[in-house]
Amino acid sequence: MSRTSMATAAKTSKKGRRHPLANVALIAIGLLFSGGAYAAFSSATASADEAEPSSQEQLQHGEKLFAANCATCHGMNLEGTENGPTLIGVGAASVDFQVGTGRMPLQMQGPQARVKPKQFSESDTSALAAYVASFAPGPGIPDEKYLDAQGDAANGAELFRINCAMCHNVAGAGGALTEGKFAPPLTGVSEAHIYEAMITGPQNMPVFNDANLSPEDKRDIITALKYAENTPSVGGFGLGSLGPVSEGLFIWIFGLGSIVAITVWITAKSN
Amino acid sequence: MSTTTATTSSPEAKKASGGFTAAASNYIDERTSISAAVKEFGRKVFPDHWSFLLGEVALYSFVVILLSGSFLTFFFQASMAEVHYDGSYVPLKGVEMSAAMASTLDISFDIRGGLLMRQIHHWAALLFVASIGLHMLRIYFTGAFRKPRELNWVIGFVLFILAMAEGFTGYSLPDDLLSGNGLRIIDGMVKGIPLIGTWTSYLVFGGEFPGDQIVGRLYTLHILLLPAIVVLFIALHLMFVVVHKHTQYPGPGKTQRNVVGFPVLPVYAAKAGGFFFIVFGIIALIGSLFTINPVWNYGPYDPSPVSAGTQPDWYIGFADGALRLVPPHLEFVWLSHTWSFNIILPLLVIGVFIVLVLLYPFIEGWITGDKREHHLLDRPRNAPTRTAIGAAGVTFYAALWAAASSDLIATHFQLTMEGVIHALQAMLVIGPFIAYFVTKRICLALQKKDREIALHGYESGRIVRLPGGEYIEVHQPVDEYERWKLVSHDSYKPLMIRPNSRGKITTGQRFRAALSRWFFEDRIAPVTQTEIDRSHDQH
Repeated sequence: MSRTSMATAAKTSKKGRRHPLANVALIAIGLLFSGGAYAAFSSATASADEAEPSSQEQLQHGEKLFAANCATCHGMNLEGTENGPTLIGVGAASVDFQVGTGRMPLQMQGPQARVKPKQFSESDTSALAAYVASFAPGPGIPDEKYLDAQGDAANGAELFRINCAMCHNVAGAGGALTEGKFAPPLTGVSEAHIYEAMITGPQNMPVFNDANLSPEDKRDIITALKYAENTPSVGGFGLGSLGPVSEGLFIWIFGLGSIVAITVWITAKSN
Repeated sequence: MSTTTATTSSPEAKKASGGFTAAASNYIDERTSISAAVKEFGRKVFPDHWSFLLGEVALYSFVVILLSGSFLTFFFQASMAEVHYDGSYVPLKGVEMSAAMASTLDISFDIRGGLLMRQIHHWAALLFVASIGLHMLRIYFTGAFRKPRELNWVIGFVLFILAMAEGFTGYSLPDDLLSGNGLRIIDGMVKGIPLIGTWTSYLVFGGEFPGDQIVGRLYTLHILLLPAIVVLFIALHLMFVVVHKHTQYPGPGKTQRNVVGFPVLPVYAAKAGGFFFIVFGIIALIGSLFTINPVWNYGPYDPSPVSAGTQPDWYIGFADGALRLVPPHLEFVWLSHTWSFNIILPLLVIGVFIVLVLLYPFIEGWITGDKREHHLLDRPRNAPTRTAIGAAGVTFYAALWAAASSDLIATHFQLTMEGVIHALQAMLVIGPFIAYFVTKRICLALQKKDREIALHGYESGRIVRLPGGEYIEVHQPVDEYERWKLVSHDSYKPLMIRPNSRGKITTGQRFRAALSRWFFEDRIAPVTQTEIDRSHDQH
């Protein structure tokens, strides 16, 4: 770059920096980049797998995986240690939920296991589930017919409001519990995992057994959740479905912010 | 700057110039004598500063609210009669709900343009209260509430309260789960008031909560009584602006006796008219792009479910926050009544805060003993104590406000809910003091810097070696106009304690003198002409 062009560049950039809207533009660019980067990094890591191997093979495979990855905390015979609860009787559904959503193996001890990219393939997960389920009976992997999200959405939404909304928020956006625990947002959770969460009550969630919510009710709830998730928001961008807090922040920062920028522009003296 | 008037003052002159506009204006003027008013009003001068437009933003959002609200009244049914929803939103089909909720869903899904109007109405309402808030902060920090404008401050503040009432009644109308939870909190607060609480709640709701009356009653308040009072107060507010004339920032040629700016006609009217459409446009843009209050997600109100993350709209947040921050175990039974100090204490704190803000102009006027008229604004730094009090108030409000979203702060920043609450409790109590002292010191430091610049100019960065070997940095003096801004403000001194006519010093006097000392003790005197002259000799 020649010296003159550098000089002009410096001059224009200086002028640009002093422009009344320069800060606004800077913030907009910053938000754009950080948002874009976040979206790029957080895109789900999906993994596909081939058909399940035969049962005996699967159990042996599951045993090996368990000994290598889970036994430190849950004990060689699932009896549990002071670092982790016993897994006798938790059932395949529990393993499928905890491992399948990436919560287990635990990233670190804390108020609650956090979701992270899952560590095991689908066949490994089902091998682990089969191995744990072979010790004692417990809730099994849910039947496909309850996971089709073709039930009664109106009934499901009502059941959700009555049973789930006090922790997960009425729009399924998640909510806070005591001492750092929380109810996670329900968007992007697979139908099977929602069902398994209801029958096993992971983390701080209560169990909703079949006497409490029948499998059909669970199907309806899944239907309502999936309807809300897959139907485009009719009102435009949803602002995280967080209700008045995000609306208030939005109007103060972007609504009033843009209006103040315009008042500055309107009253600016022409140079 | 020439002023033009749309009408003529003498018919003969117009006949000579002719033209349709002239004839039409003449026609109107001969029948209404409006030219005098147009001439008077058209020549009113408004100073130009961005912060003077914030009140206009509030006014324009109110106009948008009126327009969109009128549309909504055509379709909204303010009734709590039970119906089964039969509109196009699938997850609520066949669900039992009130007619109010069903008609809100119809507006959202089955009436053309209905959802857009709902969203414009709600966003405009949020912007209305927000712009009033910002406008009030501008008035406060520039001292624009001083004599003769104290009453207009009170009117403006009442408008702020009315706007909150308008907002809350509107928020409760759809009878969805979120607004029902909000009403339940209000019901709880009312019931927490000793002696009259329970009775008042039954009176308001027409029986045990929620009853089947409240939506209809709120609707009457929302579309009839409150808007009428708001319009009345806006009219009063603007009338006072015309009577007092607009304030202006200090600067060369700007005095207590003039207003420097543009006349209403044609410049200011054109700018303001254009600005209305810009504000309307921004609201419409936000309303068309961003969801607000998606009641179909929330479902109909039913007293049993309560959703996590239930918050009021932002302007009621500080009251919700007060309820969240109050320490536990404050209820006790005395005289066979339950005294719910977990409710009474927040109500008292909020009430005292509101009254202090409402009466602030009178309080400051009494402390300073300043009876002069003020048409020139203070730069916030030149009134350090007032600015510091304002910062303390803002911190106090902000702590309450933030507390309303304590659960969302906890989940989104991965904190514990208890930690957030305790931190905000500390901020509520200690924060205002820290803000007060820090702000005051910053103001004084800025005043010192102003003084330095007025006396010695800016550092130029040019080092000169004098013949004697001495090095000095050449200072670039500020120009006359710039300096005026730095030196023109008044300097106040604390009130002296003086005996009254009977030769006695009263306790009230002592108290007032002590407050005045607190207000004006720390101050940087503005640069005098002598000091400037002397500094010129040195450079």
